[in-house]
Amino acid sequence: MSQVMLPAKRFVVSSVSSDAHMWNLVFLQLLLEEQGAEVTNLGACVPDELIVEECRRTRPDVLVISTVNGHGHLDGLRLIRRIRSEPDLADLRVVIGGKLGVRGAENIVYAEELALSGFDAVFEADGGIDGFQEFLATLENADRPALASGAAA
Amino acid sequence: MNTAVRTSAFPVAGVAPRGRFSRRVREASRQGSLVVQPRMGFGDLVTMREGLLGVRAADAAAVGTITLDSYTRVNDHDSARQALRTGAELNGFPLVAHGPAATRRLLGEVSGDGFPVQVRHGSALPYPLFEAMVAAGVDATEGGPVSYCLPYSRAPISEAVKAWARCCELIAAQPEPMHLESFGGCMLGQLCPPSLLVALSVLEALFFREHGLSDISLSYAQQTHPGQDLEAIAALRRLAGERLAGADWHVVLYTFMGVFPRTLVGSFRILEESVRLAVRSGSERLIVKTPAEAHRIPTIAENVDALEFADAIARDEAARAALPSTPPVEPGNRTESGAQVRATDSGVYEEARMLVDSTLELAPTVGEALIRAFSRGHLDVPYCLHQDNANRSRAYVDPGGMLRWAEAGRMPLRVDRGGTGRRPVSAKGLLGMLGFNERRFDREQLTHGHFTSRPSISARSAS
Repeated sequence: MSQVMLPAKRFVVSSVSSDAHMWNLVFLQLLLEEQGAEVTNLGACVPDELIVEECRRTRPDVLVISTVNGHGHLDGLRLIRRIRSEPDLADLRVVIGGKLGVRGAENIVYAEELALSGFDAVFEADGGIDGFQEFLATLENADRPALASGAAA
Repeated sequence: MNTAVRTSAFPVAGVAPRGRFSRRVREASRQGSLVVQPRMGFGDLVTMREGLLGVRAADAAAVGTITLDSYTRVNDHDSARQALRTGAELNGFPLVAHGPAATRRLLGEVSGDGFPVQVRHGSALPYPLFEAMVAAGVDATEGGPVSYCLPYSRAPISEAVKAWARCCELIAAQPEPMHLESFGGCMLGQLCPPSLLVALSVLEALFFREHGLSDISLSYAQQTHPGQDLEAIAALRRLAGERLAGADWHVVLYTFMGVFPRTLVGSFRILEESVRLAVRSGSERLIVKTPAEAHRIPTIAENVDALEFADAIARDEAARAALPSTPPVEPGNRTESGAQVRATDSGVYEEARMLVDSTLELAPTVGEALIRAFSRGHLDVPYCLHQDNANRSRAYVDPGGMLRWAEAGRMPLRVDRGGTGRRPVSAKGLLGMLGFNERRFDREQLTHGHFTSRPSISARSAS
């Protein structure tokens, strides 16, 4: 089952600006590191500007946004529009996952808008971690695949 | 063994509670009632008012809560205002965006001596919020320079210490100062060993004292083992009694704040365990959670149900405690509801006292001591990603359910490695520990056939 990524992929893991939750980020870092990735974990309540700067600085293979406070559909949307408006980050692979709204199972309504606005994949919490694992598997020998397959929840 | 605590709830005779929040808590305590309190916040004034009125009407010794939204928590009041304009859903009440006048009107309509309201926020740099709360006449709030900084913000601890000092001094200067609760006993919600939770709660209370407050409370969050929690709260009360002379203080317990059981039975059982823990430990107040917690933000009705359930269990537990002959069970043995649990004897008090004393030795003021302690890893919250936290300490749940240290980092602790070193925790291992209570409490319903055909909470809420 263990996936090995060669050469090591670089990930930036981050929350969104208003989300203070931390365990999701701790978990993702461990999960990615176990699969051989290098991880920069920006932690909780990260302003958009800091995420943009960090992506410029480290040029990660993937920016992973994880959020569970229910503001994901608001903060995530603003963030991805900002990222896609930067010409040098227009191609950055960016995914978002977690509890994206405050409506439980109905949060799925937000996935499409987030994907259409520029996220390469959207993982709603109800879908579990499998979708994200499958996404990681696709990175194996990909430089920058078109992952517009979108809402993976 | 624990029947006397109710009468000694406020250990310092002659200290008159300053505000009506503490007066309400003391009054309930005198009557042998546990004060129960929801977590509840809605974006618009109408729903917030409805929620508070619902709680006030609950058949329970309840006080009110206004939980603020995440934008207000990080002082992003423009985003909160924009959400109010566009009708976007917020995850709490944007107090600053609504403004003190509107908030004061809301409080005027719903609160009173019998129903004070606490504002719960999570802001590391809350001075603008404190100004608004003072202007709005809020009864109580919570937080602290460590407990609202490390888990919830990117602000340096030194900035949070400065901000919280100003906030304390602002409310201390009011004719009827707001009650202030330390959130130090709740760090990261789970996987922080009890001695550090107790130490941080006491240190923040000392910080509040240093900045002129005497109407305060100390917190502790239910963890993974009822006997260990009982020991921890006894340690907290003992240390508070020794260190907070001249203050009017009480203890608030939080129902488990980590990964919550997903079954209806499991979520009520964990709430029940926390209520019994609160009563047995002599805690005066309890912040409850609802069965919706694992899935989404609860409705008003779900909050009221949880408060009434908690109140009923509290009365039941108080009645049991008055009976002389309930035989205690061994620590950690979870039996059917209501069986007595005995406190463990794992040295929580000694470890917490040592952490408090050795921290205070680092500087002449509590605030500076906290800054230095974290900068050198003398205090270190396990797994906390904040840049001012060393993040070298690690904790684990042992096979008996006790929360223990795996790595001390640079904290002055003795870590029992049990002969063999523990392997670093894996992602799966972390999920296992985070889900310990979820499994412990969901087992009951999941292993009883006739329950499993019922729709899950999330399915019902979606319909």
